[in-house]
Amino acid sequence: MTATVPALTEPRAPRKLRSTDAVLDNGLTVVAVRKPGVPLVEVRLRMPFLSKKPAHPGQAGLLAETILTGAGGLDRAELAARIQALGGHLSAGVDADRLVITGNVLATNLRRLLDVVASVLVEPAYNKADVTTERSRLVEKLTVARARPGVVANEALAVRMFGDHPYARDLAQPDAVAAVKPTHLRALHAAQVVPQDAVLVLVGDLTPARMVEHARAALAGWTGTSADSKVPALPEPPGGAVQIIDRSGSVQSTLRMARLGLTRTDPDYPALHLANLIFGGYFTSRWTENLREDKGYTYGPHSRIEHHVLGSTLSLSMEMQSEVTGPALLETLYELGRITSLPVTAAEVTAVQQYAVGILSLSTATQAGLASTLSGLFPFGLGLDWIAALPALLRQATVEDVSAVAARFFGPAGFTSVIVGDAASITRPLAALVPVES
Amino acid sequence: MPVKLPTPNFQISHHTLENGLRVVISPDRSAPVVGIAVLYDVGFRSEPEGRTGFAHLFEHLMFQGSVTLEKLEHFRYVESSGGMFNGSTHFDYTNYFEALPSNALERGLFLEADRMRGPRITEENLANQLDVVKNEIRVNVLNTPYGGFPWLYLPAVLFDTFANSHNGYGDFADLESATTEDARDFFQRYYAPGNAVLAVVGDVDVEATVAMIEKHFASIRKRRAPKRPDFGEPGLSAERHDTHDDPHAPIPAVAIGYRVPDPVGRLDDLLATQLLVEVLGEGDASRLQRRLVQQDGLVTDIAAYVGEFGDPFDERDPTALTISAHYPPGSKLKKILRAIDEELARVAEDGLESGELDRVRARQASVLVRDLDAVISRALEFAKFELLHGRAELIAELPARLAAVTDDDVRKAAAELRPENRAVLELVAGGAK
Repeated sequence: MTATVPALTEPRAPRKLRSTDAVLDNGLTVVAVRKPGVPLVEVRLRMPFLSKKPAHPGQAGLLAETILTGAGGLDRAELAARIQALGGHLSAGVDADRLVITGNVLATNLRRLLDVVASVLVEPAYNKADVTTERSRLVEKLTVARARPGVVANEALAVRMFGDHPYARDLAQPDAVAAVKPTHLRALHAAQVVPQDAVLVLVGDLTPARMVEHARAALAGWTGTSADSKVPALPEPPGGAVQIIDRSGSVQSTLRMARLGLTRTDPDYPALHLANLIFGGYFTSRWTENLREDKGYTYGPHSRIEHHVLGSTLSLSMEMQSEVTGPALLETLYELGRITSLPVTAAEVTAVQQYAVGILSLSTATQAGLASTLSGLFPFGLGLDWIAALPALLRQATVEDVSAVAARFFGPAGFTSVIVGDAASITRPLAALVPVES
Repeated sequence: MPVKLPTPNFQISHHTLENGLRVVISPDRSAPVVGIAVLYDVGFRSEPEGRTGFAHLFEHLMFQGSVTLEKLEHFRYVESSGGMFNGSTHFDYTNYFEALPSNALERGLFLEADRMRGPRITEENLANQLDVVKNEIRVNVLNTPYGGFPWLYLPAVLFDTFANSHNGYGDFADLESATTEDARDFFQRYYAPGNAVLAVVGDVDVEATVAMIEKHFASIRKRRAPKRPDFGEPGLSAERHDTHDDPHAPIPAVAIGYRVPDPVGRLDDLLATQLLVEVLGEGDASRLQRRLVQQDGLVTDIAAYVGEFGDPFDERDPTALTISAHYPPGSKLKKILRAIDEELARVAEDGLESGELDRVRARQASVLVRDLDAVISRALEFAKFELLHGRAELIAELPARLAAVTDDDVRKAAAELRPENRAVLELVAGGAK
């Protein structure tokens, strides 16, 4: 690299944040962090939502769409107006692992917003008219989602990896949603929208003690214990032939490859995190430099480690011009083979160590970023301490550690793969490289 | 309950270099991070005819190496410093930015100065980024339902001049005909230091930063900044209608564009219009949600926003207010338009409900400050307000300006949204099963 580029100066340590963790009498954990910046507080209420019941995805999907449609004697519009008047916002989202109520509010109105949250938790309406409206909308939204090639590919990959495990049925089916009635929603709410094992993360411009006090006062009346939900462990994904899913006339092919990875607490996790960055986890990665900046096959390939409650995955995704589907897979297999068979370089490891540490600090430098990170860490027993400890763990990983973990995890044979695209034109070039099936 | 609107308090200092580069610096020592943004006063609207998409293609070329740096080095220097980068092309400007740990401040400034001095425009880089951009358009537009709808297609119905109406991503034929000479001309003309604003926000010392900026940018040769044409257009005289075929869309959609006041010259009118769109479309308490989604079940979703990308401060004149909706195949567009017109008339004639304006304003003010929490967002916003609105400080004054908007102002804004002042673009669902 060129000599005229200014060197980095001495890094300045981040300020230590003031925080409090508390467990309320009803079992709810509150994690409160003072983070001045803007005069707001970010709110994340996360509840475990895993279930093996076949009807669960449809019911959970509709519950997330209707939980904020009226509560505590306020109808849907009145509830929304109340929140808006606080300079606040609330929304709900669900996946196979959890239900999250996400929000933010002017710091001076935190208590009032938590009162609204409490009414939603304790006295939700689920009235027939709103459930009926949202049911039709959700069916339409699911139809629209499944018109996207990425959604089709993700869903097919999950099924191929996990068979009939709940993780493969995350996105609800329209007919399952159509069968959901208000009574189902009230029953699911009573069983799973409970404080035990839930966490409320509050990050913003108030003292932690004050935030915990507000949570305690507002949410004391929310009670209930988790039903014992026994969900089977994740099966080992089968790998094998690349599944081709026809989307006739597609001008791009959508590739998804994945395998099980390592959880954050595994001693080899920092090395895998770095190996993933070197392979395809940031712009300077080998996969991006080759397939985008050299070949121009794609706007951007990405590899990532995703952490789910039952296990972590290492996944690869890329959309490539249909005409180069074969060559793009060839180069992908080459890069996977290369990082598996040959050691990474010291320069690559130093670069990703700096990158990983810097991005961690940037992503937790905002109220919203820190709140979402903490809410995602809680189910694994991790929090601010882990965020503070990670940089040293990343810096300790050696070239040998990263090379060894790459050899374990990036071998092409270990991945389960699907490609959504124009089968008539892409099947032959793909079949020339790898076993395929439709 | 009346809410006190939060008023951000930022320390902002201004400098202008000999070569014309305008600089905005705002220190915030709360975390060891810094945001650097450079905005150039050129966007889709300045593209020459026959070169649709060129401003965006050129944005890609600005990452392909520069006077000192080989291809790939820009990315590598930013990321191996622990930072992230990006750029984006808008109707009226193009931005480039880095979020970095603060110990990489001078490096980040050097990287921006090096490409302001000149990008490496080669046949090979152009061919490579042409492929990348075409794949960007495939993934975001051609291979996905509702791709580019409505921002790529509504301007063609709502506006008349090439500058305002053409597709900003570009036609493939135009993109393929772009040459390295076009790129050199474009750089020479629009990327002069006097046509740019640099903003630095975060863990910095103002004096030291000014010195670093002088060191790296002052020697960039002064060139004449182009005089920006007035892109304004006369208003519509009759309602317009067109259709857009989307082969992947499973259900139909519609986008309704209204011409609205000059966002720079008539900022207070724009703010009234912005509060109107919140009244109309934001959340379950809004007028259009209540009427068309909850009460009549006419649409699956509906949104209202000012600015082609949903940011009311992102464009100079002309700009648009858009109402867009997806709807089930059984709904009739005529009924949807009639319901929207009735709701607009209710606001224009009967005014707002008690408390309606205050709650919408409270939320709008907290959205404003929330969007400024990240230092890189603050750098981008300060640079944008400096470039388009003439003053970065204006952003801190917006809560007070919003507080001054009256019920009557919002009624007047609603009264402007008449059928003869709009363009209706109907998306035909080619992917319906």
